[in-house]
Amino acid sequence: MTKISDKNIFTASWSYDKALESTDHVYIKDQYELFVNGDFIKPVEGKYFNTVNPATNKVISRVAEASAADVDMAVMAAKKAFKKWSALSGKERGKYIFRIARLIQERAKEFAVIESLDGGKPIRESRDIDIPLAANHFFYYAGWADKLSYAFPNRKPSPVGVAGQIIPWNFPLLMAAWKLAPALATGNTVVLKPAETTPLTALKLAEIIKESGIPDGVVNIITGAGQTGAALVEHPYIDKIAFTGSTAVGKFIKNAIAGTSKRLTLELGGKGANIIFEDAAIDQAVEGIVNAIFFNQGHVCCAGSRLFVQESVADLVIDKLKQRMNSLMVGDPLDKNTDIGAINSKKQLETIESYIRIGKDEGGEIYQPKCKVPKEGNWCPPTLFLNVSQSHRIVQEEIFGPVLAIQTFRTIDEVIEKANNTPFGLSAGVWTDKGAKIFHLTQKLNAGVVWANTFNKFDATSPFGGYKESGFGREGGLHGLKPYVKFD
Amino acid sequence: MSRLDIHKTYKLYIGGKFPRTESGRYFPITDKKANVIANMCLASRKDFRNAVVVARNSQNAWASTSALNKGQILYRIAEMLEGRKEQFIKEIENQGSTRKRAIKEVEAAIDRLVYYAGWSDKYQQIFSAVNPVSSAHFNFSAPEPMGVVSIIAPEEHGLLGLVSAVAPALVGGNTVVVLASGTLPLCSISFAEVLHSSDVPAGVVNILTGDKKELIPHMASHMDVNAIIYCGKDADEIKKISQLSSNNLKRNIFYKKTDWFNEHTQSPYFIEKTQEIKTTWHPTKI
Repeated sequence: MTKISDKNIFTASWSYDKALESTDHVYIKDQYELFVNGDFIKPVEGKYFNTVNPATNKVISRVAEASAADVDMAVMAAKKAFKKWSALSGKERGKYIFRIARLIQERAKEFAVIESLDGGKPIRESRDIDIPLAANHFFYYAGWADKLSYAFPNRKPSPVGVAGQIIPWNFPLLMAAWKLAPALATGNTVVLKPAETTPLTALKLAEIIKESGIPDGVVNIITGAGQTGAALVEHPYIDKIAFTGSTAVGKFIKNAIAGTSKRLTLELGGKGANIIFEDAAIDQAVEGIVNAIFFNQGHVCCAGSRLFVQESVADLVIDKLKQRMNSLMVGDPLDKNTDIGAINSKKQLETIESYIRIGKDEGGEIYQPKCKVPKEGNWCPPTLFLNVSQSHRIVQEEIFGPVLAIQTFRTIDEVIEKANNTPFGLSAGVWTDKGAKIFHLTQKLNAGVVWANTFNKFDATSPFGGYKESGFGREGGLHGLKPYVKFD
Repeated sequence: MSRLDIHKTYKLYIGGKFPRTESGRYFPITDKKANVIANMCLASRKDFRNAVVVARNSQNAWASTSALNKGQILYRIAEMLEGRKEQFIKEIENQGSTRKRAIKEVEAAIDRLVYYAGWSDKYQQIFSAVNPVSSAHFNFSAPEPMGVVSIIAPEEHGLLGLVSAVAPALVGGNTVVVLASGTLPLCSISFAEVLHSSDVPAGVVNILTGDKKELIPHMASHMDVNAIIYCGKDADEIKKISQLSSNNLKRNIFYKKTDWFNEHTQSPYFIEKTQEIKTTWHPTKI
């Protein structure tokens, strides 16, 4: 039998021309300041850091590094603004948030390009997913602002106070929206810290927020690295911390604020199981596998990084998957043909490469298509590992890159057991044509989000968040309001 | 000729059995006149760990028990408690309460069980949502039990406090390991006898008596416990629990109230505290 992978069915005799997104309409300043109390101010200690384009490793802009003194100013501004903002009617609060949603939509293209420049993700994704979803989140929660009394039966919700929000680099603007929109709708004020490798869209958002006319100090956006985040977490006037990032840092934060009255929600790492049954629509499932692990270079906390294929179809699925991987285009994030963009930072590339080495050293069988990548920049081809088991590190630990670990199974009970055998519990996927099997699995899998015959879908109305060491609290939907309210 | 009373030996309740503590240790409980009423088991770390193992093993089956059935089992607990009211009233009196207060506590505990029995097949409807996503998917979010829950029962109200903390976690499909009130522990073990005769499957509720200082660190740090409920106000204990439970991101639930008679000490929100929300996506386009 000729293996499918021997025939290059996806490869055309011609090659794609580049289809570059234009950057003409994008305006990026040489230097960005901190957004505190409605003003763009220079950092007290005068320090700045560079933000680079991971596809070229060229500097795009200089960004202020907030010290503890800057954090203090931002928190005090938020604290001062809280009284009036929380007393404002929900209707009026909502209007500001609607405005923000509209302003993002108006400048969506600019945001998409900057997101891809600063973070390395394919323009197709930032254009079609990140930016529209971010606007939708503001639009969704804007509408909640004057309807909160309907959200919690028999309870009267009130805002928590000043929220300190720390977001990651994988979906920079979208994560800012996930954090800001529900916090503002419920009447809290905010100090937001974007990730140090991807600060630009959050700083652009600061401009929009100023433009929206929202009262000074209600939203403060400060840039910096871990030290800045730590100062924010430790600040005595922070009432609530919302953190999205690694499980290790999440645990550290929980420990650090023990004994204080600070509330906490955490959206952390994952090692999502993606389960393919023999009765699945195989071609769709293969596309699903690709979307589950290679979406956004695998920089996705809910990525389907553990693939479980039923033994009877394993050869076929793996063969088709390899073939599909051969056709994925790795390269310039601004090229509309690109499937896999640049790895977000050198540091992250090193992490991924070290896991690939670990996978090989532990006896895994690696497959990577040969792909041409640009000379400069951070690149990692789509990668899969066969011949691995539950105890392999690349099966247990989050890699946060385009690296898939494949295992097989025979029975339903076996795959449930294997899928749940992880300290994480963020996401899972099930592929089968049988309805009862879908719901049997989705009920038994210990994960906060379960996709049936799809993967990596998000929506402003849909709650997202983890079980176990993937964190606690939900973002999105009705349930996403709860972390930002308290009851009398 | 007067008859000599038969005193009850109070043991632990683990996995549907009444073992003594493996440590062989005890602590005495006295009445107002300092007469020893009972020697309680001073449970050890090992007892706690054994209890977690059985709680884990029974959790899936308990969570999969139909909501209707769980509700009936909780109602059955109330029935059994009602039938043994007098015994509990006496125990509470023995531990220093007036008869009037003791009656009030037992009756409140029974009513609370009935209250949560009724929520068994309703709280899901309160806390669920069908989410109108923009893509062609049917998307819904519904609560699921967190899993195994450690509970440090309130020091006050040995029976009512314990029931108020356990019932909402239990009706929500969690299995629990409870550390009873240290000063008023008698009713906890008698309550275990009630559970034992109420169709509560073995291992679903496990009750320990012992020393908070000794056991809290283990209850907070155990890697196979999903959540911990602490009833009390001790700031040091709260801090310690928060710190130790960060190792596996155990959910922390603190009830600082002391008056468990109050109507605000029961609501479906107590059930929600030990629930995770799961969101399921299913395509609708063919």
